[in-house]
Amino acid sequence: MALTLQVNGRARTVEADAETPLLYALRNDLGLVGTRYGCGLGMCGTCTVIIDGKPVQSCDVPVSAAVGKNITTVEALAAGDDLHPLQRAFIAEQAAQCGYCASGILMAAKALLDVNRNPTDTDIRKALERNLCRCGTHGRILRAIKRAAEEMRKA
Amino acid sequence: MAQTKEPVARTLPGSLETNRRLERWLCINNDGTVTVTPGKVEIGQGILTALVQMVAEELDIDVMRIRLAPATTAFSPDEGITSGSRSIQESGLALRHVAAEVRSLLLEQAAQKLGVTLENLSVSDGVVSARSGGSVTYWELATADLLAREATLDAVAKLPAEHVVVGTSLRRVDILGKITGKAAYVQDMALPGMLHGRISRPPGPRARLKSIDLKEVEQMPGVVAVVRNGSFLGVVAQREEQAIRAERRLARIAQWDAGEPLPDNDPRRLLTLPAESEVISEKGDAATTGEQQFSAEYTKPYIAHASLAPSCAIAQQDGGKLHIWTHSQGIYPLRGDMAQALGIAETDIIITHAEGAGCYGHNAADDVTLDAALLACAVPGKPVRVQWMREDEFAWEPFGSAMVMRLNAALDDNGNIVNWGHELWSHAHSTRPGGRGGVNLTAAWHLEKPLPAAKPGNPPLPGGGSHRNAIPLYEFPNQKVTNHLIRESPIRASALRSLGGHANAFAIESFIDELAEAAAADPVEFRLRHLQDARAKAVIEKVAQMAKWQSGEKGDGERGRGIGFARYKNLAAYMAIIAEVKVEETVRVERIWCAVDVGQAINPDGVINQIEGGIIQSVSWTLKERVDFDRQGVTTRTWEDYPILTFVEAPEVEVALINRPQAPPVGAGEGTQGPVSAAIANAIYNALNVRLRDMPFTRERIVAALSA
Ligand code: FES
Ligand code: FES
Repeated sequence: MALTLQVNGRARTVEADAETPLLYALRNDLGLVGTRYGCGLGMCGTCTVIIDGKPVQSCDVPVSAAVGKNITTVEALAAGDDLHPLQRAFIAEQAAQCGYCASGILMAAKALLDVNRNPTDTDIRKALERNLCRCGTHGRILRAIKRAAEEMRKA
Repeated sequence: MAQTKEPVARTLPGSLETNRRLERWLCINNDGTVTVTPGKVEIGQGILTALVQMVAEELDIDVMRIRLAPATTAFSPDEGITSGSRSIQESGLALRHVAAEVRSLLLEQAAQKLGVTLENLSVSDGVVSARSGGSVTYWELATADLLAREATLDAVAKLPAEHVVVGTSLRRVDILGKITGKAAYVQDMALPGMLHGRISRPPGPRARLKSIDLKEVEQMPGVVAVVRNGSFLGVVAQREEQAIRAERRLARIAQWDAGEPLPDNDPRRLLTLPAESEVISEKGDAATTGEQQFSAEYTKPYIAHASLAPSCAIAQQDGGKLHIWTHSQGIYPLRGDMAQALGIAETDIIITHAEGAGCYGHNAADDVTLDAALLACAVPGKPVRVQWMREDEFAWEPFGSAMVMRLNAALDDNGNIVNWGHELWSHAHSTRPGGRGGVNLTAAWHLEKPLPAAKPGNPPLPGGGSHRNAIPLYEFPNQKVTNHLIRESPIRASALRSLGGHANAFAIESFIDELAEAAAADPVEFRLRHLQDARAKAVIEKVAQMAKWQSGEKGDGERGRGIGFARYKNLAAYMAIIAEVKVEETVRVERIWCAVDVGQAINPDGVINQIEGGIIQSVSWTLKERVDFDRQGVTTRTWEDYPILTFVEAPEVEVALINRPQAPPVGAGEGTQGPVSAAIANAIYNALNVRLRDMPFTRERIVAALSA
């Protein structure tokens, strides 16, 4: 069945069953592989995208439920070569080991900073409650998000 | 430029000794780039960045000129397995030597061309200039046959004092793609016409498939093939979600024989099993008695790698060849096992590495590769991508073995340790592909004509496997260390970050604190007085200073601090840790200080990044992790069953490097595991006066210990 999604500001049509998880439509139909699979059970956050301003785990949303909503994926974080402050901060802090958790964390952090430019350490940790990192990059990631918030406040 | 005048070693460094052809390691391209083709692979540890630095340093070129080719059995040197924190020693030192040799070959060419002697030449970013004027570039000098030769012992690498690239914190070469959502992992590869596969595993390791009617699954939407071979059951479909749905149906309708029930999941069961016992260290008279005798028993459960991405591989049968993309840590050993399992020649299998998510040892990367190949053989010509589901990964990856350590010691009148005993019981810590006399790939054991697994084993000492770090670095006049190896494990065990080093260092460093208390000594001072090694003492002194450790400090019934130390494998990185805990409902590790000596740090920030990661992972192991199984199979199958440390719980970590540019570089990824667990146990004791000896230190264990 043909479904039309609003992804990163563009209308995109996918040919998939209504109950297909949004994650697979993004990755396999639209080639947006930045949204990663980690568990398919809504427990790890690697598949986090932003839907209508809220961080959502795309493995847990049937594609039909995303129709008519604004979906933002990690690919739209940078404007062309112009990296988002969060991405610049991840580079500055070298906030990755394997980096597999990064896409989902960037999106959860973006959803936070979009509504709160001055988050406390606790706010940031809470915003990442549903994101796991197995490499133990937690400290650098928290620092990077703080750094990005600072930069965004100055801008 | 001045060169080292040290006597030349009789063997070539690192993996170069067994892969001597220069052109297998690097290629000088006419377009101003250099391609490096190491056999070691990126497993999330940032190794490739360090290798780039070592090559750029010796060649005197900008790091931006270097291109890394993925390791492939088509041409990369065979460097075995990327593990054991040996990549810098093996691949790095080989590449350093190759680059130095290539540089001197290029300089000889330049000298001829410019008509000057070697002493008159200098190099800057690949441009070779003569003092008398005139210059020529590497890119002009490189010819196809220049590197078509074996490495010699003549090349001399730069002295550490001359390094300008090595020793700096070059940014990771791979980070940009990972944070901008590029296809960065094997999981993201999409080949034209690619199909999706899933495997339907037995309910447990001993179950066998009795019967199944494949017809109804064959007729499901998108299904291209259903493959059954003995107890190996898989499906290939057009779309990923179709493959998942078909696999679920297979799981529902398959009839399995459960097989022999699994035993109890209790590490102490190891004590009851027949073991191969070996005394691995004996000094003085182990029966010497001191004034006071002490003993204690420590355990750790099975734990999981639990990489964030389940394992994935792509296979394509094309003509007589099988093409494979995998995140395996050892493409050559894997190729050997694959050839046996599939009954085809090794030369007909071309395996290329593609990165996966963080790899902390022998995970399911190799297993999924055979799965993909078996399914690809059912749909010739088509690439098949197989990804394990989260539940498969948790149930079927090889685990870090459960272990028991029994320690005993005696103190003399001055409170010094005069006698030390350490016995350990463990399953083998290596069942990787490339073993002798069998195939170490899950699917191979499930085939109609199953292939036996190779005999589980341990890497030998001094590095060791279950006995890694079992011999104390402390100097005791009398000691005896015994390894009891129980090879076969009821659930598969293999290499996980630091192997037995984690549990042995946890036990030793916990026991040292118990003895320090008995001797009424400060744990920092007590350690220092039993050590001779100056580098060991230096990290302990450093961490004590960082944490402002007070001699004899005591916790307050809620908060406490503790120390742990080890030299990884007794021959690599020195690590000292102080942990601060707060115990309320559960144990919370709030802060960790770490001092470390990895010899020459090629990329200091990269080293610190890996150490921070090792520390946090070990905090997670120590407080939370335990693989569970019932009579049939593994029951911890999701992140809810197997929780790991979260962002809310992550401690603050401060790492200080003691850089020793003159000392050989060693890996950093594994050495913190044991010291962290011990530091936490010691901190809990410091806070509450209760000694936890069984990991993980869950709420139930704390409550039980407090009420004991
Ligand atoms: S893949 Fe969606 S939460 Fe894990
Ligand atoms: S960096 Fe590997 S999972 Fe976070």
